[in-house]
Amino acid sequence: MARKTGRTGVDRRKFLTGVAATGAATAAAATGAVKTAAAQGAAPAAARPSTAAAQRELATNAVHAPGTTPGTPGSDFMVDVLKSLDIDYVFSNPASSARGIHESIINYGGNKKPEFITCMHEESAVAMTHGYFKVAGKPAAALCHGTVGLQHAAMALYNAWCDRAASIIMVGNRMDAVGRQPGVPTIHAVQDPGLLVRDFTKWDDNPQSLQHFAESMVRAYKVTMTPPYEPVLMTLEEKLQEEAIEELQRGKPLVIPKLNRVSPPAGDPNAVREAAKLLAMADNPVIVADRVGRTPAGVKHLVELAETLNCPVVDNLGRMNMPNQHHLCQVGGAALIAQADVILGLELTDLWGTVNSMDDSVAMETAYRPKAGAKIINISMADVYIRANFQDFMRYQQVDLSIGADAEATLPMLTEYVKQAIPNDRKAMIAERGEKAKKAHAGARERTLQAAAGNAWNATPISAARLSAEIWQHIKNENWALVSRDSSLSNWPHRLWDFREHHQFIGGPGGAGIGYGLPAAVGAAFAHRDNGRRLAINIQNDGDSMYAPGALWTAVHHSIPLLTIMWNNRAYHQEIMHVQRLANWRQRGVENAHIGTTIWDPYVDYAKLAQSMGMTGYGPITDPKDLSAAIKRGIDAVKAGEPVLIDVVTQPR
Amino acid sequence: MKSRFILIAAAAVLSAAAFGNAPSFGAAAPQGDPAKGEANFKRVGCYQCHGYQGQGGREGPRIAAPVPLAFPALNAFVRTTSGDMPPFTEKVLSNQELADIYAYLQSIPAPPDHKTIPLLAQ
Repeated sequence: MARKTGRTGVDRRKFLTGVAATGAATAAAATGAVKTAAAQGAAPAAARPSTAAAQRELATNAVHAPGTTPGTPGSDFMVDVLKSLDIDYVFSNPASSARGIHESIINYGGNKKPEFITCMHEESAVAMTHGYFKVAGKPAAALCHGTVGLQHAAMALYNAWCDRAASIIMVGNRMDAVGRQPGVPTIHAVQDPGLLVRDFTKWDDNPQSLQHFAESMVRAYKVTMTPPYEPVLMTLEEKLQEEAIEELQRGKPLVIPKLNRVSPPAGDPNAVREAAKLLAMADNPVIVADRVGRTPAGVKHLVELAETLNCPVVDNLGRMNMPNQHHLCQVGGAALIAQADVILGLELTDLWGTVNSMDDSVAMETAYRPKAGAKIINISMADVYIRANFQDFMRYQQVDLSIGADAEATLPMLTEYVKQAIPNDRKAMIAERGEKAKKAHAGARERTLQAAAGNAWNATPISAARLSAEIWQHIKNENWALVSRDSSLSNWPHRLWDFREHHQFIGGPGGAGIGYGLPAAVGAAFAHRDNGRRLAINIQNDGDSMYAPGALWTAVHHSIPLLTIMWNNRAYHQEIMHVQRLANWRQRGVENAHIGTTIWDPYVDYAKLAQSMGMTGYGPITDPKDLSAAIKRGIDAVKAGEPVLIDVVTQPR
Repeated sequence: MKSRFILIAAAAVLSAAAFGNAPSFGAAAPQGDPAKGEANFKRVGCYQCHGYQGQGGREGPRIAAPVPLAFPALNAFVRTTSGDMPPFTEKVLSNQELADIYAYLQSIPAPPDHKTIPLLAQ
């Protein structure tokens, strides 16, 4: 809190002098001409509040009342900076160390662009920015304490880091021991907030002036939005938030720098041409994609390359990479990798794990999948940007050609070079490969449908295939999007549904940190609401939801349309299997494997949990015959604008 | 996945025979009780990977309707597997309990033709 004595007014002359010194070509909040740097050219619908406007107001009321803040708060300027970056939302669990900017957002900023979104946990707040980014294609901000809040938020940050997601985390902090209260405010202060999460943030800063803040926040946006997308952290010093601009600046101008976008690096043309030659001359090439679909363009480019080669694409589902019903798309493809003579990896999380297998057995036996002589090409930013400590860079894999570049940016060049490299005498063979793939795809589709029928179709608990098919019949003619991963359902949505658009799938948590699913779905649903009110579907793991069920409340409070279907298998099944495995290795039997791994005694009533937070909740549904009516009711309510939860008791996988 | 399962099972049988460590059962499956087998199937956690009806999933292959292995091969695999599926020795799963599980898996009816299911008749 700014503490001033003996001051009865504001040195307006100095402040206005500072404003006048601002360069006309720059986007300066203090001039009242805040431009949207992130989306220049878009005219604001109405005049935005600004520090200059506040100053004009102040000029008619120069003498401030005792006990009130003299002048214009620094946090008002911070809000101007956020507005200049077109930040739509600040997801936050409120924190006293961020009270200055909190108040500025909701009052000075009118609580619009950014809007303050009330979250029940900092981990949820960051996970919401994660889900939001993957749909909106631009970052949101999270706001929390620099100590206790950031420690809560850390796991969600690690997920965003592993998942290559942009997010701007803002934390409040007061470093000056003399200016902070004893007790909690001091316990909650820290010398270096960024240190807590520096291993898994791309950049952080702790600005010591408002101008420093403006430059660093614009840089933060630029850094987080430069591939590889990663979260960034900004410390908001309380003093800068709460003291008056006039006091802090003493006449010096405030300028919001223009945001510069960085074009992601495409591969070196010579290396890309070499890759093209290998692919063009291959008899059985295979592409393995993980996070190629950085934007909708990535999907388009990958389809073009695959169709040029008539080459199968193994989709690891880190993002929406390839339309899943395309005849060249495969979910899961160890056999294809084993048969291939050229393997092209694109933005893989784990190249080693793609071309090797390792049993979870006592022996931990490994096997190299490719046949002798097979060539491996890797295009990834992982070779360009790597950090130590956390092992998400995975095990080292030797390759034949490694291209350090953004795959999405490189694909058009690669496709063009492949076209040039295909000799005339191979064109018929490549065309025939495509025809074979189409026939194989038709047969595989038939087998998938029969497998669905055989997937405990009428059983209780309800099977993954049955639930997926029941949902699909209700959404297939809607503008839908899945905002959860589907690995817990053995990928049945990807086996039965028709994913075509980039926004229809956003991958998973990245870091496999439980607690991501529910808040990320809510964050994604914000973006879907803002982009044509798409029907957002969240198939939600029950265990994940119990980490931070307060995310349901956020969805209700902010009227976010979202259909959450609880995949309620009543256990942490992955962990049961681990305990089971160890118990059998040790020949002790598995009767006790439920201890610590199941969610029984009592069962959680998720419909009532939702209802307790004002959300419509149905279930628990145990009979598959009851699914259709419940899903229809849920979708009708979501289309009317409200979040709904349907609790479905399910098979383990 | 299924083919890998069968291959491993076959290898396990061969390996057991070669080293004089033959499985406990001969060619025919012993008499089993499907009801007890269903209970054992749940108790020892087979359903975790294979589903309550042996339908299979991400973690384990389909093992019912039809049962992909004759009893001796299944027995050999269950007792000696050293891959992702942990071995269930006789110490943790008796011969009779395994026979009951086999009977349960055999009792699971064949699935309907997908063309008879409106949701899958596409």
